[in-house]
Amino acid sequence: MSDTPAELRYAASHEWARLQDGVVTVGISDFAQDALGDVVYVELPELDQEVVAGAEIAVVESVKAASDIYAPVSGTVVAINDALEDAPERVNQAPYGDGWFFKLEPLDPGELDNLMAADAYRDHCETDGARES
Amino acid sequence: MSERKTPLYDEHVAADARMAPFAGWAMPLHYGSQIAEHHAVRRAAGMFDVSHMTVIDVVGVDALRLLRLTMANDPAKAVPGKAVYGVLLNAGGGIIDDLIVYGRDAGYRAVVNASTRDKVLNWLRGHASAMDVEMRERTDIAMVAVQGPEARARFAAVTRIDTDGLGPFSFLERDAWMVARTGYTGEDGVEVLLPAAEAVALWRRLKTSGVAPAGLAARDTLRLEAGLNLYGQDMDEQVTPLESNLGWTVAWTPEERDFIGRTALARQRAEKPARVLKGVVLGAKGVMRHGYGVATNAGGGVVTSGVFSPTLGYSIGLARLPRGAAGDCTVKIRAASVPARIVRPPFVRDGKRTFRSERPRAGPARR
Repeated sequence: MSDTPAELRYAASHEWARLQDGVVTVGISDFAQDALGDVVYVELPELDQEVVAGAEIAVVESVKAASDIYAPVSGTVVAINDALEDAPERVNQAPYGDGWFFKLEPLDPGELDNLMAADAYRDHCETDGARES
Repeated sequence: MSERKTPLYDEHVAADARMAPFAGWAMPLHYGSQIAEHHAVRRAAGMFDVSHMTVIDVVGVDALRLLRLTMANDPAKAVPGKAVYGVLLNAGGGIIDDLIVYGRDAGYRAVVNASTRDKVLNWLRGHASAMDVEMRERTDIAMVAVQGPEARARFAAVTRIDTDGLGPFSFLERDAWMVARTGYTGEDGVEVLLPAAEAVALWRRLKTSGVAPAGLAARDTLRLEAGLNLYGQDMDEQVTPLESNLGWTVAWTPEERDFIGRTALARQRAEKPARVLKGVVLGAKGVMRHGYGVATNAGGGVVTSGVFSPTLGYSIGLARLPRGAAGDCTVKIRAASVPARIVRPPFVRDGKRTFRSERPRAGPARR
Protein backbone atom coordinates (compact mmCIF):
# COMPACT_ATOMS: atom_id res chain seq x y z
CA MET A 1 0.00 0.00 0.00
CA SER A 2 1.27 3.47 -0.72
CA ASP A 3 2.34 5.95 1.90
CA THR A 4 -0.07 8.80 2.85
CA PRO A 5 1.32 10.95 5.69
CA ALA A 6 -1.45 12.04 8.07
CA GLU A 7 -0.24 15.64 8.39
CA LEU A 8 -0.86 16.43 4.69
CA ARG A 9 -3.96 17.34 2.71
CA TYR A 10 -4.65 15.73 -0.68
CA ALA A 11 -6.40 16.66 -3.94
CA ALA A 12 -8.44 14.18 -5.97
CA SER A 13 -5.92 14.74 -8.77
CA HIS A 14 -3.20 13.33 -6.43
CA GLU A 15 -1.32 16.45 -5.37
CA TRP A 16 -0.46 16.83 -1.68
CA ALA A 17 -0.28 20.13 0.21
CA ARG A 18 1.60 20.94 3.41
CA LEU A 19 0.94 24.20 5.27
CA GLN A 20 3.94 25.38 7.21
CA ASP A 21 4.72 28.91 8.44
CA GLY A 22 2.05 30.34 6.17
CA VAL A 23 3.43 28.70 3.02
CA VAL A 24 1.92 25.68 1.20
CA THR A 25 4.36 23.16 -0.26
CA VAL A 26 2.96 21.03 -3.10
CA GLY A 27 4.03 17.69 -4.60
CA ILE A 28 2.45 14.51 -5.91
CA SER A 29 1.51 11.57 -3.74
CA ASP A 30 3.27 8.26 -3.42
CA PHE A 31 0.28 6.65 -5.11
CA ALA A 32 0.65 9.06 -8.06
CA GLN A 33 4.40 8.58 -8.51
CA ASP A 34 3.95 4.82 -8.41
CA ALA A 35 1.20 4.94 -11.03
CA LEU A 36 3.26 7.23 -13.28
CA GLY A 37 6.43 5.17 -13.11
CA ASP A 38 9.87 6.67 -13.68
CA VAL A 39 9.61 10.46 -13.86
CA VAL A 40 11.87 11.99 -16.53
CA TYR A 41 10.86 15.67 -16.71
CA VAL A 42 9.04 18.14 -14.54
CA GLU A 43 7.81 21.44 -15.97
CA LEU A 44 7.49 23.87 -13.08
CA PRO A 45 5.56 27.15 -12.82
CA GLU A 46 7.24 30.56 -12.86
CA LEU A 47 8.20 32.29 -9.64
CA ASP A 48 5.68 34.99 -8.64
CA GLN A 49 3.06 33.39 -10.90
CA GLU A 50 -0.44 33.84 -9.47
CA VAL A 51 -2.65 30.80 -9.64
CA VAL A 52 -6.21 29.87 -8.78
CA ALA A 53 -7.13 26.59 -7.15
CA GLY A 54 -7.63 23.89 -9.78
CA ALA A 55 -5.53 25.63 -12.46
CA GLU A 56 -2.98 23.61 -14.46
CA ILE A 57 0.30 24.86 -13.12
CA ALA A 58 2.93 22.21 -13.87
CA VAL A 59 3.47 19.05 -15.88
CA VAL A 60 5.13 15.83 -14.82
CA GLU A 61 6.31 13.50 -17.55
CA SER A 62 7.19 9.89 -16.91
CA VAL A 63 8.46 7.45 -19.50
CA LYS A 64 4.88 6.28 -19.73
CA ALA A 65 2.74 9.40 -19.70
CA ALA A 66 2.41 13.15 -19.23
CA SER A 67 0.26 14.39 -16.34
CA ASP A 68 -0.92 17.86 -15.46
CA ILE A 69 -0.40 19.16 -11.95
CA TYR A 70 -3.12 21.41 -10.57
CA ALA A 71 -2.79 24.12 -7.95
CA PRO A 72 -4.48 22.72 -4.83
CA VAL A 73 -5.17 26.22 -3.48
CA SER A 74 -5.11 29.77 -4.89
CA GLY A 75 -2.04 31.90 -4.28
CA THR A 76 1.35 33.08 -5.53
CA VAL A 77 4.30 30.85 -6.41
CA VAL A 78 7.08 31.73 -3.97
CA ALA A 79 9.49 28.83 -4.62
CA ILE A 80 10.08 26.10 -7.18
CA ASN A 81 12.14 22.96 -6.75
CA ASP A 82 14.93 23.61 -9.29
CA ALA A 83 16.69 20.41 -8.26
CA LEU A 84 14.08 18.42 -10.20
CA GLU A 85 15.59 19.80 -13.40
CA ASP A 86 18.60 17.53 -13.06
CA ALA A 87 17.14 14.91 -10.75
CA PRO A 88 13.51 14.26 -11.70
CA GLU A 89 13.82 10.80 -10.15
CA ARG A 90 13.48 12.49 -6.74
CA VAL A 91 9.74 12.57 -7.40
CA ASN A 92 9.81 8.76 -7.35
CA GLN A 93 12.33 8.42 -4.54
CA ALA A 94 10.93 10.97 -2.08
CA PRO A 95 7.52 12.22 -3.19
CA TYR A 96 6.87 13.91 0.18
CA GLY A 97 10.45 15.12 0.67
CA ASP A 98 13.05 16.17 -1.94
CA GLY A 99 10.50 15.49 -4.67
CA TRP A 100 8.31 18.53 -3.86
CA PHE A 101 7.31 20.70 -6.85
CA PHE A 102 6.62 24.28 -5.72
CA LYS A 103 5.53 26.47 -2.80
CA LEU A 104 2.55 28.81 -2.75
CA GLU A 105 1.73 31.72 -0.55
CA PRO A 106 -1.99 31.02 -0.20
CA LEU A 107 -4.62 33.68 -0.73
CA ASP A 108 -6.76 31.97 1.88
CA PRO A 109 -5.26 29.14 3.95
CA GLY A 110 -8.86 28.10 4.66
CA GLU A 111 -8.97 26.65 1.10
CA LEU A 112 -6.91 23.75 2.42
CA ASP A 113 -10.09 22.52 4.08
CA ASN A 114 -11.46 21.78 0.60
CA LEU A 115 -8.79 19.10 0.24
CA MET A 116 -8.95 15.55 1.59
CA ALA A 117 -7.46 14.25 4.78
CA ALA A 118 -5.18 11.20 4.53
CA ASP A 119 -7.85 8.59 5.28
CA ALA A 120 -10.32 10.03 2.75
CA TYR A 121 -7.53 10.20 0.18
CA ARG A 122 -6.62 6.56 0.84
CA ASP A 123 -10.22 5.56 0.11
CA HIS A 124 -10.09 7.68 -3.03
CA CYS A 125 -6.95 5.83 -4.21
CA GLU A 126 -8.51 2.47 -3.56
CA THR A 127 -11.49 3.23 -5.80
CA ASP A 128 -9.18 4.85 -8.34
CA GLY A 129 -6.81 1.91 -8.23
CA ALA A 130 -9.66 -0.58 -8.47
CA ARG A 131 -10.83 1.12 -11.65
CA GLU A 132 -7.36 0.75 -13.13
CA SER A 133 -7.28 -3.04 -13.04
CA MET B 1 -10.86 -9.35 -14.68
CA SER B 2 -10.27 -12.59 -16.47
CA GLU B 3 -7.04 -11.92 -18.29
CA ARG B 4 -5.01 -14.92 -19.33
CA LYS B 5 -1.96 -15.71 -17.24
CA THR B 6 1.38 -16.90 -18.54
CA PRO B 7 3.20 -19.78 -16.81
CA LEU B 8 5.38 -17.10 -15.16
CA TYR B 9 2.50 -15.08 -13.70
CA ASP B 10 3.17 -16.17 -10.10
CA GLU B 11 6.85 -15.26 -10.48
CA HIS B 12 5.90 -11.73 -11.53
CA VAL B 13 3.47 -11.27 -8.67
CA ALA B 14 6.00 -12.65 -6.18
CA ALA B 15 8.55 -10.13 -7.51
CA ASP B 16 6.04 -7.34 -6.85
CA ALA B 17 5.62 -6.49 -10.52
CA ARG B 18 3.07 -3.91 -11.55
CA MET B 19 0.75 -6.03 -13.66
CA ALA B 20 -1.29 -4.59 -16.50
CA PRO B 21 -3.70 -6.00 -19.07
CA PHE B 22 -2.11 -6.39 -22.49
CA ALA B 23 -3.91 -7.98 -25.46
CA GLY B 24 -6.05 -10.04 -23.10
CA TRP B 25 -3.13 -11.14 -20.90
CA ALA B 26 -2.04 -10.06 -17.44
CA MET B 27 1.55 -8.97 -18.07
CA PRO B 28 4.28 -7.32 -15.98
CA LEU B 29 4.69 -3.64 -16.87
CA HIS B 30 7.73 -3.21 -14.63
CA TYR B 31 9.22 -4.59 -11.43
CA GLY B 32 9.89 -1.21 -9.79
CA SER B 33 11.76 0.91 -12.30
CA GLN B 34 11.44 0.52 -16.05
CA ILE B 35 14.51 2.70 -16.53
CA ALA B 36 16.64 0.44 -14.33
CA GLU B 37 15.36 -2.58 -16.28
CA HIS B 38 16.17 -0.82 -19.55
CA HIS B 39 19.74 -0.14 -18.42
CA ALA B 40 20.14 -3.71 -17.20
CA VAL B 41 19.42 -4.95 -20.71
CA ARG B 42 21.72 -2.40 -22.38
CA ARG B 43 24.58 -2.91 -19.93
CA ALA B 44 24.40 -6.57 -18.80
CA ALA B 45 21.37 -8.85 -19.19
CA GLY B 46 17.65 -8.77 -18.69
CA MET B 47 14.82 -11.19 -19.36
CA PHE B 48 11.26 -10.77 -20.57
CA ASP B 49 8.29 -13.07 -20.27
CA VAL B 50 6.89 -13.00 -23.80
CA SER B 51 4.72 -16.08 -23.41
CA HIS B 52 1.71 -14.03 -24.51
CA MET B 53 3.04 -14.09 -28.08
CA THR B 54 1.15 -16.49 -30.35
CA VAL B 55 3.14 -19.52 -31.46
CA ILE B 56 1.76 -21.37 -34.47
CA ASP B 57 3.29 -24.48 -36.01
CA VAL B 58 2.57 -24.57 -39.73
CA VAL B 59 2.95 -28.15 -40.93
CA GLY B 60 2.01 -30.27 -43.92
CA VAL B 61 3.03 -30.65 -47.54
CA ASP B 62 1.83 -27.15 -48.40
CA ALA B 63 3.28 -25.32 -45.37
CA LEU B 64 5.85 -23.46 -47.45
CA ARG B 65 3.34 -22.81 -50.21
CA LEU B 66 0.96 -21.11 -47.74
CA LEU B 67 3.70 -18.96 -46.23
CA ARG B 68 5.10 -17.99 -49.62
CA LEU B 69 1.61 -16.86 -50.60
CA THR B 70 0.97 -14.82 -47.47
CA MET B 71 4.38 -13.39 -46.53
CA ALA B 72 5.99 -10.39 -48.26
CA ASN B 73 9.39 -11.75 -47.27
CA ASP B 74 10.33 -15.14 -48.69
CA PRO B 75 10.02 -17.91 -46.09
CA ALA B 76 12.07 -20.14 -48.39
CA LYS B 77 15.04 -18.33 -46.78
CA ALA B 78 14.06 -20.03 -43.51
CA VAL B 79 15.93 -23.23 -44.17
CA PRO B 80 16.07 -25.51 -41.10
CA GLY B 81 17.84 -23.61 -38.32
CA LYS B 82 17.18 -20.16 -39.79
CA ALA B 83 14.54 -17.56 -39.04
CA VAL B 84 13.02 -14.85 -41.24
CA TYR B 85 11.25 -11.65 -40.18
CA GLY B 86 8.44 -10.42 -42.38
CA VAL B 87 4.94 -9.09 -42.70
CA LEU B 88 1.59 -10.48 -43.84
CA LEU B 89 -0.22 -8.15 -46.23
CA ASN B 90 -3.78 -7.74 -47.39
CA ALA B 91 -4.52 -7.35 -51.11
CA GLY B 92 -4.03 -3.58 -50.85
CA GLY B 93 -0.57 -4.01 -49.33
CA GLY B 94 -1.73 -3.04 -45.82
CA ILE B 95 0.03 -4.83 -42.98
CA ILE B 96 -2.02 -7.54 -41.24
CA ASP B 97 0.79 -8.42 -38.84
CA ASP B 98 4.53 -8.80 -38.52
CA LEU B 99 6.01 -12.13 -37.57
CA ILE B 100 9.08 -14.32 -37.33
CA VAL B 101 9.07 -17.64 -39.13
CA TYR B 102 11.48 -20.36 -38.01
CA GLY B 103 12.34 -23.12 -40.49
CA ARG B 104 12.40 -26.61 -38.98
CA ASP B 105 12.87 -30.11 -40.30
CA ALA B 106 9.13 -30.69 -39.87
CA GLY B 107 7.54 -27.50 -41.19
CA TYR B 108 7.64 -23.94 -39.87
CA ARG B 109 7.03 -22.23 -36.58
CA ALA B 110 5.52 -18.73 -36.74
CA VAL B 111 5.55 -16.31 -33.82
CA VAL B 112 2.95 -13.56 -34.24
CA ASN B 113 1.63 -10.81 -31.98
CA ALA B 114 -0.78 -11.57 -29.14
CA SER B 115 -3.06 -8.72 -30.18
CA THR B 116 -3.49 -10.10 -33.71
CA ARG B 117 -3.89 -13.78 -32.87
CA ASP B 118 -7.47 -14.24 -34.06
CA LYS B 119 -7.20 -12.35 -37.30
CA VAL B 120 -3.90 -13.97 -38.28
CA LEU B 121 -5.17 -17.48 -37.63
CA ASN B 122 -8.34 -16.70 -39.58
CA TRP B 123 -6.35 -15.15 -42.42
CA LEU B 124 -3.98 -18.10 -42.73
CA ARG B 125 -6.76 -20.67 -42.43
CA GLY B 126 -8.81 -18.78 -45.02
CA HIS B 127 -6.00 -19.14 -47.55
CA ALA B 128 -5.18 -22.71 -46.56
CA SER B 129 -8.60 -24.19 -47.25
CA ALA B 130 -7.56 -25.80 -50.54
CA MET B 131 -4.11 -26.78 -49.26
CA ASP B 132 -2.65 -29.70 -47.36
CA VAL B 133 -1.49 -27.69 -44.36
CA GLU B 134 -2.34 -27.50 -40.70
CA MET B 135 -2.00 -24.62 -38.22
CA ARG B 136 -1.35 -25.81 -34.67
CA GLU B 137 -1.42 -23.13 -32.03
CA ARG B 138 1.12 -24.02 -29.33
CA THR B 139 -0.44 -22.75 -26.11
CA ASP B 140 1.72 -25.33 -24.31
CA ILE B 141 4.86 -23.32 -25.10
CA ALA B 142 6.28 -20.49 -23.00
CA MET B 143 8.66 -17.89 -24.38
CA VAL B 144 11.43 -16.07 -22.55
CA ALA B 145 13.64 -13.42 -24.19
CA VAL B 146 17.09 -13.11 -22.59
CA GLN B 147 18.70 -9.93 -23.90
CA GLY B 148 21.82 -7.87 -23.34
CA PRO B 149 25.57 -8.01 -23.93
CA GLU B 150 25.96 -10.70 -21.25
CA ALA B 151 22.73 -12.55 -22.04
CA ARG B 152 24.14 -15.48 -23.96
CA ALA B 153 26.97 -16.09 -21.51
CA ARG B 154 24.60 -16.17 -18.54
CA PHE B 155 22.11 -18.29 -20.41
CA ALA B 156 24.89 -20.76 -21.24
CA ALA B 157 26.04 -20.80 -17.62
CA VAL B 158 22.66 -21.90 -16.28
CA THR B 159 21.50 -24.16 -19.13
CA ARG B 160 24.78 -25.46 -20.56
CA ILE B 161 23.38 -24.54 -23.95
CA ASP B 162 26.22 -22.92 -25.83
CA THR B 163 25.15 -20.48 -28.56
CA ASP B 164 28.64 -19.37 -29.54
CA GLY B 165 28.35 -20.76 -33.05
CA LEU B 166 24.86 -19.41 -33.57
CA GLY B 167 24.54 -16.50 -36.02
CA PRO B 168 21.89 -13.78 -35.83
CA PHE B 169 18.46 -15.06 -36.83
CA SER B 170 19.65 -18.64 -36.42
CA PHE B 171 18.38 -21.11 -33.85
CA LEU B 172 19.07 -24.51 -32.38
CA GLU B 173 16.78 -27.14 -30.91
CA ARG B 174 17.61 -29.11 -27.79
CA ASP B 175 14.95 -31.66 -26.83
CA ALA B 176 11.73 -29.64 -26.62
CA TRP B 177 13.56 -26.30 -26.42
CA MET B 178 14.16 -23.89 -29.23
CA VAL B 179 16.88 -21.28 -28.68
CA ALA B 180 16.94 -18.51 -31.27
CA ARG B 181 19.31 -15.59 -31.65
CA THR B 182 16.50 -13.13 -32.12
CA GLY B 183 15.02 -10.35 -30.00
CA TYR B 184 13.24 -7.02 -29.83
CA THR B 185 15.78 -4.86 -28.01
CA GLY B 186 18.66 -4.14 -30.40
CA GLU B 187 20.99 -6.11 -28.12
CA ASP B 188 22.57 -9.51 -28.47
CA GLY B 189 20.66 -12.33 -26.84
CA VAL B 190 18.33 -15.25 -27.34
CA GLU B 191 14.65 -15.97 -27.35
CA VAL B 192 13.82 -19.33 -25.80
CA LEU B 193 10.69 -21.29 -26.63
CA LEU B 194 10.22 -24.09 -24.13
CA PRO B 195 7.53 -26.28 -22.58
CA ALA B 196 5.36 -24.14 -20.28
CA ALA B 197 6.05 -26.44 -17.35
CA GLU B 198 9.80 -25.71 -17.55
CA ALA B 199 9.53 -21.93 -17.73
CA VAL B 200 9.58 -21.20 -13.98
CA ALA B 201 12.76 -23.21 -13.41
CA LEU B 202 14.57 -21.41 -16.23
CA TRP B 203 13.32 -18.00 -15.01
CA ARG B 204 14.54 -18.65 -11.46
CA ARG B 205 17.93 -19.92 -12.53
CA LEU B 206 18.48 -16.92 -14.80
CA LYS B 207 17.42 -14.60 -12.01
CA THR B 208 19.87 -16.23 -9.60
CA SER B 209 22.63 -15.72 -12.15
CA GLY B 210 21.93 -11.98 -12.20
CA VAL B 211 19.65 -11.65 -15.21
CA ALA B 212 17.19 -8.85 -14.33
CA PRO B 213 13.48 -9.42 -14.91
CA ALA B 214 12.26 -6.65 -17.23
CA GLY B 215 8.70 -5.70 -18.08
CA LEU B 216 6.76 -4.59 -21.11
CA ALA B 217 7.51 -0.92 -20.35
CA ALA B 218 11.28 -1.46 -20.74
CA ARG B 219 10.62 -3.65 -23.75
CA ASP B 220 8.92 -0.67 -25.39
CA THR B 221 11.76 1.82 -24.78
CA LEU B 222 14.34 -0.78 -25.88
CA ARG B 223 12.56 -1.67 -29.11
CA LEU B 224 12.01 1.98 -29.97
CA GLU B 225 15.68 2.83 -29.39
CA ALA B 226 16.43 -0.09 -31.70
CA GLY B 227 14.11 1.42 -34.33
CA LEU B 228 11.79 -1.59 -34.31
CA ASN B 229 8.13 -1.07 -35.14
CA LEU B 230 5.27 -2.06 -32.85
CA TYR B 231 2.26 -3.51 -34.60
CA GLY B 232 -0.93 -1.50 -34.06
CA GLN B 233 1.05 1.61 -33.27
CA ASP B 234 3.67 2.20 -35.99
CA MET B 235 1.95 0.05 -38.57
CA ASP B 236 -1.45 -1.45 -39.25
CA GLU B 237 -3.66 -2.40 -42.19
CA GLN B 238 -3.84 1.24 -43.35
CA VAL B 239 -0.14 1.37 -44.24
CA THR B 240 2.25 -0.70 -46.34
CA PRO B 241 5.77 -1.91 -45.49
CA LEU B 242 7.14 0.79 -47.82
CA GLU B 243 5.41 3.37 -45.61
CA SER B 244 6.70 1.65 -42.47
CA ASN B 245 10.48 1.54 -42.98
CA LEU B 246 10.12 -2.17 -43.81
CA GLY B 247 10.97 -2.14 -47.50
CA TRP B 248 13.91 -4.40 -46.66
CA THR B 249 11.51 -7.15 -45.56
CA VAL B 250 9.87 -7.40 -49.00
CA ALA B 251 11.36 -10.12 -51.20
CA TRP B 252 10.83 -8.96 -54.81
CA THR B 253 12.73 -11.92 -56.19
CA PRO B 254 11.91 -14.45 -57.44
CA GLU B 255 9.64 -12.35 -59.61
CA GLU B 256 7.16 -15.13 -60.22
CA ARG B 257 6.30 -15.40 -56.49
CA ASP B 258 2.91 -13.70 -56.41
CA PHE B 259 2.43 -13.05 -52.69
CA ILE B 260 -0.75 -11.36 -51.50
CA GLY B 261 -0.36 -7.58 -51.75
CA ARG B 262 2.46 -7.74 -54.32
CA THR B 263 0.56 -5.96 -57.10
CA ALA B 264 -0.47 -3.04 -54.90
CA LEU B 265 2.97 -2.83 -53.37
CA ALA B 266 4.73 -2.90 -56.76
CA ARG B 267 2.55 -0.01 -57.91
CA GLN B 268 3.38 2.01 -54.81
CA ARG B 269 7.05 1.19 -55.25
CA ALA B 270 7.00 2.52 -58.82
CA GLU B 271 5.08 5.66 -57.87
CA LYS B 272 7.04 6.10 -54.62
CA PRO B 273 5.05 6.24 -51.38
CA ALA B 274 3.75 9.64 -50.29
CA ARG B 275 4.51 8.92 -46.64
CA VAL B 276 7.38 7.13 -44.97
CA LEU B 277 8.33 6.20 -41.42
CA LYS B 278 11.34 8.02 -40.01
CA GLY B 279 13.01 8.69 -36.70
CA VAL B 280 12.66 11.96 -34.81
CA VAL B 281 14.85 13.15 -31.92
CA LEU B 282 13.64 15.94 -29.71
CA GLY B 283 15.97 18.89 -29.11
CA ALA B 284 14.49 20.14 -25.87
CA LYS B 285 12.66 19.01 -22.78
CA GLY B 286 9.50 17.00 -23.14
CA VAL B 287 8.46 13.58 -24.35
CA MET B 288 6.91 12.79 -27.72
CA ARG B 289 3.83 10.57 -27.58
CA HIS B 290 1.76 8.63 -30.10
CA GLY B 291 -0.40 11.03 -32.13
CA TYR B 292 1.60 14.25 -31.67
CA GLY B 293 1.86 16.39 -34.81
CA VAL B 294 5.16 17.01 -36.62
CA ALA B 295 5.82 19.99 -38.93
CA THR B 296 8.55 19.35 -41.53
CA ASN B 297 10.01 20.99 -44.65
CA ALA B 298 7.79 18.69 -46.72
CA GLY B 299 4.54 19.10 -44.77
CA GLY B 300 2.87 17.70 -41.70
CA GLY B 301 3.23 14.25 -40.18
CA VAL B 302 2.45 12.40 -36.98
CA VAL B 303 4.38 10.64 -34.23
CA THR B 304 3.49 6.93 -34.19
CA SER B 305 5.63 5.98 -31.17
CA GLY B 306 7.40 8.30 -28.79
CA VAL B 307 9.25 7.73 -25.53
CA PHE B 308 11.93 9.14 -23.32
CA SER B 309 15.07 7.24 -24.32
CA PRO B 310 16.85 6.09 -21.15
CA THR B 311 20.09 5.45 -23.06
CA LEU B 312 20.24 8.84 -24.79
CA GLY B 313 18.57 10.93 -22.09
CA TYR B 314 16.03 12.66 -24.34
CA SER B 315 12.90 11.85 -26.26
CA ILE B 316 12.95 9.82 -29.48
CA GLY B 317 10.14 8.71 -31.70
CA LEU B 318 9.04 7.17 -34.95
CA ALA B 319 6.91 9.39 -37.12
CA ARG B 320 5.04 8.98 -40.36
CA LEU B 321 6.17 11.91 -42.48
CA PRO B 322 5.82 13.11 -46.06
CA ARG B 323 8.47 11.55 -48.31
CA GLY B 324 11.33 14.03 -48.64
CA ALA B 325 11.01 15.30 -45.07
CA ALA B 326 14.53 15.80 -43.70
CA GLY B 327 16.58 17.91 -41.34
CA ASP B 328 15.02 20.09 -38.70
CA CYS B 329 11.36 19.86 -37.79
CA THR B 330 9.12 20.74 -34.86
CA VAL B 331 6.88 18.56 -32.74
CA LYS B 332 3.72 19.94 -31.19
CA ILE B 333 3.78 19.14 -27.48
CA ARG B 334 0.69 20.57 -25.83
CA ALA B 335 0.84 24.31 -26.70
CA ALA B 336 4.51 24.40 -27.73
CA SER B 337 6.31 23.69 -31.01
CA VAL B 338 9.45 21.94 -29.82
CA PRO B 339 12.54 21.77 -32.09
CA ALA B 340 13.44 18.29 -33.28
CA ARG B 341 15.42 16.59 -36.03
CA ILE B 342 14.59 13.84 -38.47
CA VAL B 343 17.01 10.92 -38.39
CA ARG B 344 17.25 7.45 -39.75
CA PRO B 345 16.41 4.78 -37.17
CA PRO B 346 17.74 2.87 -35.26
CA PHE B 347 18.67 5.29 -32.48
CA VAL B 348 20.70 2.83 -30.41
CA ARG B 349 22.33 -0.48 -31.28
CA ASP B 350 24.53 -2.54 -28.99
CA GLY B 351 24.33 0.15 -26.33
CA LYS B 352 25.49 3.05 -28.53
CA ARG B 353 23.91 5.89 -30.45
CA THR B 354 23.66 5.04 -34.14
CA PHE B 355 22.24 8.06 -35.95
CA ARG B 356 24.72 10.60 -37.25
CA SER B 357 23.24 14.07 -37.07
CA GLU B 358 23.26 16.07 -33.89
CA ARG B 359 20.07 17.09 -32.16
CA PRO B 360 18.99 20.61 -33.14
CA ARG B 361 19.63 22.06 -29.71
CA ALA B 362 21.27 20.10 -26.96
CA GLY B 363 19.25 20.16 -23.76
CA PRO B 364 20.91 19.77 -20.38
CA ALA B 365 22.47 16.38 -19.90
CA ARG B 366 20.36 14.17 -17.68
CA ARG B 367 20.31 10.60 -16.57
